[in-house]
Amino acid sequence: MLVLETKDLSFSYGETPVLTNISFQLRQGSFAALIGPNGAGKSTLLKLLLGELLPTSGTIQVLGKDARSFRGWRRIGYVPQDGLARHADFPASAREIVQANLCAEIGLCRFPKQKHREQVQRALGLVGMEKYGKRLIGALSGGQRQRVLLARALVSSPDVMILDEPTSGMDQESAEDFYKLLSRLNMNRGLTILMVSHDVERICDHVSQVYCLEHNTMAGLTPEQVLQGTREHRHIPKEERNCICGYF
Amino acid sequence: MAIFEYTFMQRAFLVGILLAAIVPCVGVVIVLKRLSMIGDALSHTSLAGVAGGLLLNINPVLGATAACVGAAFCIEAIRKKLPRYAEMTTAIVMSAGIGLAGVLSGFVHSTASFNSFLFGSIVAISNQELIWVALVTIFALLVFLFFYKELFYLALDERAAKLAGVPVGAVNSIFTILIAVTISIAARTVGALIVSSMMVIPVACGMQLGKSYRQTVLWSVGLAELFTVSGLFLAYYGQLKPGGTIVLVGVVCLLLILIGKTLLARLCRTRYT
Repeated sequence: MLVLETKDLSFSYGETPVLTNISFQLRQGSFAALIGPNGAGKSTLLKLLLGELLPTSGTIQVLGKDARSFRGWRRIGYVPQDGLARHADFPASAREIVQANLCAEIGLCRFPKQKHREQVQRALGLVGMEKYGKRLIGALSGGQRQRVLLARALVSSPDVMILDEPTSGMDQESAEDFYKLLSRLNMNRGLTILMVSHDVERICDHVSQVYCLEHNTMAGLTPEQVLQGTREHRHIPKEERNCICGYF
Repeated sequence: MAIFEYTFMQRAFLVGILLAAIVPCVGVVIVLKRLSMIGDALSHTSLAGVAGGLLLNINPVLGATAACVGAAFCIEAIRKKLPRYAEMTTAIVMSAGIGLAGVLSGFVHSTASFNSFLFGSIVAISNQELIWVALVTIFALLVFLFFYKELFYLALDERAAKLAGVPVGAVNSIFTILIAVTISIAARTVGALIVSSMMVIPVACGMQLGKSYRQTVLWSVGLAELFTVSGLFLAYYGQLKPGGTIVLVGVVCLLLILIGKTLLARLCRTRYT
């Protein structure tokens, strides 16, 4: 089953084209990476997939429905790029932040019940943060905050998880732990994952497919192709490279 | 106690306690949405409504409420268009409100009524106003409790809240009305120039002491009650203006908490080195 699909998707900000005729498919249970240099349109593509922007032309199917008429956004888990960095001083515990994503499930004018609290605890457990539920978000490290955000997205049992550079600002060890955690969730729970990352070589050890976005267009590659491309380009200084994955 | 022998002081305490229960609840969401200046903008705009009400011979509190609701929706609408410049939006509406209040006040004959809104008159509350404050407090508390989790999520991350299925537009509109009604009624009692301080200072203290959002709300309300009751006592026995005294008690308390936390942190550091 296809979880996400775009056909001839184009988008431009005014006169500036950002994406041109992008077609890609994300199958259920896959773990894919979206890579590309700064300004390639990765975040724009995510905004389109999340229904926050409308395409100039082409179509987007989310869980089999056109994104324009899709209403089940709760089934899409999303972990933003800046995470909780802006909210380091926000007076909320990890548990409260995770429980926030159950708003729709609990219902308007209703209060959380025991089963919701258990759901929160389970989600924190999945990311190895069950002991930190009562901690203020500001008292957690960058990596722990990202895990809390992952738990927030997981708590409502999404069909697909979209992550926008979730490891930016993390040290190498924390980033590797985070990727391993995602791999486990993908393998053990069959969670479909699409992750934007700049960490090309490291991410290739974990994903099954790589989408490279560059020069307004996209190529679907295997991790091996990407690794080979980056190896061949390694001797060229970054600013002189034609592309980051060796495909274009 | 002698202070409670006077009916006007009994009413002042009742109104103060009611307002101290709801103003920080609204304030905590405003502060966390980084819109602290909105209280100032709306309370100043409420003065334009007061002047308009006095000119049109309608209840000035109703005029203030209408002006606040209008201004709050203006801020929300402009904020959506310019999300990165929310503070500028607030400043624009505040300037427009002050300008309008200034012009309209020139036509008001009863300057005493107008001034009572400027600095508040918590000790000159009528029975009718007491009932009005009680009703607004009950309404505001119910709205805050029923939308507690949605307001929390909107304050934390509006984008994620939308994806999680929170009806962001509707909840924002309800909260906008809640802010406007709370500010207009509080402006009548503690004064338009002071109401935003009552909205922000207890929350600033609560944020220093709370270990979660829930605790922050509870600390904020508890401290607002403390500031109000102690402020009214001090004002009565020290022959001071009650509104200003309440706010100054809050400021002193905030300073003490900040100093206390700094000293405690230093003490802990010294102990572990």
